[in-house]
Amino acid sequence: MRHIISILMENEAGALSRVAGLFSARGYNIESLTVAPTEDPSLSRMTLVTRGTDEIIEQITKQLNKLIDVVKLMDMTEGPHIEREMMLIKVRAQGEKRNELKRVSDIFHGRIIDVTDETYTIEMTGAGDKMDAFVQTLDAGLIIEVVRSGVSGIGRGDRSLKL
Amino acid sequence: MELTGAEIFVRSLHDEGVDLVFGYPGGAVLHIYDALYTQDKVNHILVRHEQAATHAADGYARSTGKPGVVVVTSGPGATNAVTGIATAYMDSIPMVVFTGQVPTHLIGNDAFQEADNIGITRPCVKHNFLVKDVADLAETIKKAFYVATTGRPGPVVVDIPKDVTAQKTEYSYPDKVSMRSYNPVHVGHAGQIKRAVRMMLDAKRPMLYTGGGVILGNAAESLTAIARALNYPVTNTLMGLGAYPATDPQFVGMLGMHGTYEANMAMHHCDVLIAVGARFDDRVTGNIEKFCPNASIIHIDIDPASISKNVKVDIPIVGCVDNVLKAMLAELGNSKQQPGEGTLDGWWQQINEWRSRECLKYDRDSELIKPQYVVETLYKVTGGDAFITSDVGQHQMWAAQYYPFDKPRRWINSGGLGTMGFGLPAAMGVQLAWPDDTVACITGEGSIQMCIQELSTCLQYALPIKVINLNNGYLGMVRQWQEFFYQKRYAMSYMESLPDFVKLAESYGHVGMQITSPADVEGALIEAMQMKDRLVFMDFLTDREENVYPMIPAGGGQNEMILI
Ligand SMILES: Cc1ncc(C[n+]2csc(CCOP(=O)(O)OP(=O)(O)O)c2C)c(N)n1
Repeated sequence: MRHIISILMENEAGALSRVAGLFSARGYNIESLTVAPTEDPSLSRMTLVTRGTDEIIEQITKQLNKLIDVVKLMDMTEGPHIEREMMLIKVRAQGEKRNELKRVSDIFHGRIIDVTDETYTIEMTGAGDKMDAFVQTLDAGLIIEVVRSGVSGIGRGDRSLKL
Repeated sequence: MELTGAEIFVRSLHDEGVDLVFGYPGGAVLHIYDALYTQDKVNHILVRHEQAATHAADGYARSTGKPGVVVVTSGPGATNAVTGIATAYMDSIPMVVFTGQVPTHLIGNDAFQEADNIGITRPCVKHNFLVKDVADLAETIKKAFYVATTGRPGPVVVDIPKDVTAQKTEYSYPDKVSMRSYNPVHVGHAGQIKRAVRMMLDAKRPMLYTGGGVILGNAAESLTAIARALNYPVTNTLMGLGAYPATDPQFVGMLGMHGTYEANMAMHHCDVLIAVGARFDDRVTGNIEKFCPNASIIHIDIDPASISKNVKVDIPIVGCVDNVLKAMLAELGNSKQQPGEGTLDGWWQQINEWRSRECLKYDRDSELIKPQYVVETLYKVTGGDAFITSDVGQHQMWAAQYYPFDKPRRWINSGGLGTMGFGLPAAMGVQLAWPDDTVACITGEGSIQMCIQELSTCLQYALPIKVINLNNGYLGMVRQWQEFFYQKRYAMSYMESLPDFVKLAESYGHVGMQITSPADVEGALIEAMQMKDRLVFMDFLTDREENVYPMIPAGGGQNEMILI
């Protein structure tokens, strides 16, 4: 199962390496990882996407909680939540492909944010699987560059991760 | 008054109650050593290798329950200490290691004797800190001791750049520290404790399996009380020996790979297993698929991450083991249901039948010195009341099997990491903590050579350790595996060109003895013990190909032991 784990941690040098080190040392997989400061400058928020059986996910959350820099964490996927990721994608857009690409991008609610005679750069946000679907729709030969932010998540309604 | 970072360092240690540190100087810690020189409250023990400083601090911590403290210089000083830090980490030993670092403006420049101490030690510490500003030094030291000694204990590294030790600031040592990200649990969940007690009262074939957590958590008395109240059989892990009196009839011996037949069979057949401060290590469980097939499992541990890590448990209880055991005792007292008279008779009968196999018997009529006999005789000669450290190998198993420990903190060994070289320096830490007690280091000719240089430290500080070298001329544990599983192809397990240990000991200023015949073992041990103020290095030439039995072979279950 795929899990999105959100972590509030002390905004200290080296905190990120403790999490990354934990995952490599214990052989857990990381699909994506994002980290940035929050409204409270002493805290960073990290969102981590991983996969594993229930037992492995239980170990992952316990081991993360054990890290001294981790203040609090939540497995987003245990309850209602919203998942978003941003993607910037540069594609070859020439001739009749230009219109077609624009149309497909519109369907996926993408925005073309940079245009040259030969390329479009499209910005898109959404859940990870939407990005996957968009990338798959495109002719692989047209893709020049894909940049994905990694997943961020937030609980729905009253569900929130804060101190 | 403003103090330098180095002065603050020393004052903080003193205010923390530290009177003994183990270390080795170097460029990055010169200010600190200067500050140590000009005071007499914090004593410093100079070792001969930084690995030994960490093991000595570790032995001090294991035998006293107080944190061990180490100071080493940057670069090679810190990297030499890593083995000892990892050793302490695997066995959850409270320790604070101060590493020197190059000045802050040089960090990251590949400066002389620079190493990324924070990065290198990160996977083998409970936590580590880099102090970048002298204003943070005292508080960081307070935090380091707090983290190292609370919750599940462990080593903490504090990396201090040289310039920080020269800067000045006002000194004040915090009385208390609180960290929003670190709140160890103390008491167990009341509902879970009730459920557990109910399950225990219904057990027909119960088993108490306890580990190092009972020793670290000072819970030996509570464990003994609960075991006696319920008439349960008790087994200890290698790390847990001494938590329950080994000479008590309810004790069925150590469990695991080289545990007793009765302990492992009882584990395999029990219906309720109560695991206390133990972590279901692979050396204990054998093949995990075959582990305790009929048991409901209660697991008490301070570390939630230890619970259901290797074996799924039915009733987890997170908390200090002593608190939880006391709460269980109280619950037992209040419960209407009481242990039925005679309900465990059948179970004890079965256990005694297993016991009658006498799995620890060995050839007592041999012409050669049997290593088991040396350990048994050491037990006799020391009245069973010595502190015993060990190295790693066959001798370690024989020590655990043939020296029954009745008290906690008497058996000091590297169980988790299995670090050869641990025994002698650990004994130094123990002897410094307990100057009037007998401290013996049971070792092998392979292990002892990994930190033999510490014989010099022992002379400098007049540490009357008794080194019991079970010299079989082999890396015995390796040889045993090669004999069993590699058709006796003894690749690199033969120790050639051994030193003359007697002369070696003498050249370090100690007493050396070589013992070659079984008839001389007891006399030699008595003679050595009478030399109360001398280190005696006793080189016992033992049966070279003796094996450790019984044994669960790799892949075997606890009911599949090889007996002699
Ligand atoms: C630092 C280190 N290196 C290697 C090992 C692997 N090892 C485990 S036991 C052993 C042999 C120990 O030989 P010795 O100290 O002579 O004891 P014996 O087994 O003969 O009693 C070895 C090499 C280890 N545990 N630690």
